[in-house]
Amino acid sequence: MNETLRQFRYIVVANPLTGFAFILSALFIAMAVFAPVIMPHDPMASHSASALQSPHAPYYLGTDQLGRDILSRLIAAVRLDLSISISAVALAFVVGGTLGLLAGYYGGWSERLIGRLTDTLMAFPLFVLAMAIVAALGNSVVNIVLATAVINIPLYARLVRVETNIRRDAGYVAAARLSGNSELRILFTQILPNLLPITAVQTSLTMGYAILNAAGLSFIGLGVQPPTPEWGIMVSEGASELLSGHWWIAVFPGLMLLMAVFCFNILGDGLRDLLDPRSRT
Amino acid sequence: MRWTETARLARSIDLKRALRSSYAKLLKPKHIWELNLYRLLIMRLGTAIPSIIGVVIVTFLITRALPGDPAAYFAGPNPTLESIEEIRQQLGLDRSWLLQLESYAADLLHGRLGTSLTTGQPVLSELLIRLPASLELTFSGLLVAISAAIPLGVVAATRPGSWVDQVCRFVTTVGVCLPPFFTGLLLIYIFYYLLGWSPAPFGRLDIYTAAPATHTGFYTIDSLVAGNMETFRASLAQLILPAVSLGIFSLAPLARITRASMITTLSSDFIRTARASGLPTRKIVIGYALRNAILPVVTTLGMVFSFLLGANVMVEKVFAWPGVGSYAIDSLIASDYAPVQGFVLFMAILYILLNLVIDLIYGLLDPRFRLTT
Repeated sequence: MNETLRQFRYIVVANPLTGFAFILSALFIAMAVFAPVIMPHDPMASHSASALQSPHAPYYLGTDQLGRDILSRLIAAVRLDLSISISAVALAFVVGGTLGLLAGYYGGWSERLIGRLTDTLMAFPLFVLAMAIVAALGNSVVNIVLATAVINIPLYARLVRVETNIRRDAGYVAAARLSGNSELRILFTQILPNLLPITAVQTSLTMGYAILNAAGLSFIGLGVQPPTPEWGIMVSEGASELLSGHWWIAVFPGLMLLMAVFCFNILGDGLRDLLDPRSRT
Repeated sequence: MRWTETARLARSIDLKRALRSSYAKLLKPKHIWELNLYRLLIMRLGTAIPSIIGVVIVTFLITRALPGDPAAYFAGPNPTLESIEEIRQQLGLDRSWLLQLESYAADLLHGRLGTSLTTGQPVLSELLIRLPASLELTFSGLLVAISAAIPLGVVAATRPGSWVDQVCRFVTTVGVCLPPFFTGLLLIYIFYYLLGWSPAPFGRLDIYTAAPATHTGFYTIDSLVAGNMETFRASLAQLILPAVSLGIFSLAPLARITRASMITTLSSDFIRTARASGLPTRKIVIGYALRNAILPVVTTLGMVFSFLLGANVMVEKVFAWPGVGSYAIDSLIASDYAPVQGFVLFMAILYILLNLVIDLIYGLLDPRFRLTT
């Protein structure tokens, strides 16, 4: 543990950006947890008298067409956007990881079948596939999560399959097998723990893409519907006001998206340096 | 990252062997490797077919899941249960899924993608009319990405740690984080609203300019063919901002791979030999290193197209670009699902074909392919 801490300190010192990303992600999580407490106004309450106010107190980031406070809506959206992307990535991790484990460990027909499945999903441009899934299943938060998970499953399945395949005949696995462990036990006690570092890196990296994907779907009118506060919808609501010079409605949610994705991408790079030092670039 | 696999490939490519075989090709008669290229084409087409079958099955499943009962639609207003049932039988919706899949595939083979409810036109022809607009945008975005990413990656690799390398790192980290629809809106706000440099961001041409006669469907090329510089300038002016929004989003993987692959190549033996022989740096970097480093960049194009085709939909919405993406979004809003299915199928097949082309370019660029297959 001490060793890991030292390495962590080394990485943060060598690359302050990673440290910044760690702090930023902690802030995002805090915002998601304490959203109702720190919101200065009601994110849903519209006041026509205070519509389209430029950023100044008491509306620090301005108000939109309906007079809703942008700052409060941004904070309220953190919870939704993060929970969509976290649950989508978790689902992709579990399903894709299980498929990859089976394919990589047992090989044979399961490998061929799972390989064919991931190839078919990868034959679609990912965002278009997500669009198709949400269009088919209907506009809801759950379906955005499902769509985002499905487009990420092939990535996990492939990664885990390759990594499992490498370890399948490793010395420690053979030793475990010789000492009479069942296949399932080997899979979960010998192979899975060794895969966790590399999949953790992948998780952080796909989080960023999952956030972008969910926001993009909402932006084009699929998935989460207005008046729910969500970053993609807020950008789309602000788009029509941009040419009247009311830039703050679209720009602030866009910047939040940028920061969230940036934070998870840098975090992924930092995690890789921490957990998988061999692949440092 | 998703492109680590490509980077690993880049490292594993034996560059010395590549160089040796590019000399070896001088010794072989030309027609032999042309023949091999045809074989590569046929082999590659063989692997594309299962992908297309898979895509058709997935789109069929999505079709089944889509909301709205076509039988209820065709039964008109005030349908009775019997009339819906009758139409269901006429449409073949009461048959088994396998039979339905069969007739769906037969329809696709005859180019029948259904009819749009809002316009009453066949979906296939509507998509084909709009496809050139989307392709022009996608390829322009790719052009922007490549022409920014490759020089950036090359310069960053020649001077690791310099300010150019820092810029490269910054651009590749921030580029992928900017949602393309947000980049588009920012560009509109800055270059149209604040500076007034670009025309109104609506569509492919301003209202005062007529569309050029159709040859390729690409307005910039068609206007050049017609020799109409004014239309060319007008269409280019409309194209720049959406193309840059796409380019910024997709240049990161290209720049990263170019940099990584160039660094590996520049540290290899044959470059050391070239340097020791006193060749000019320019010739070493562009003539020798880049030619060898470009292969993994070509491989990355597959992923870049996945980014581009998805981002295209959002950017088309922002710029009111009359392409297939806008068509799909408009149809979705009108709960008109046949165009959406058609769009998804179109995009998937386009993506498969683009990957095919990428592989062929790879085969053309990599001399080992011609000699060993």
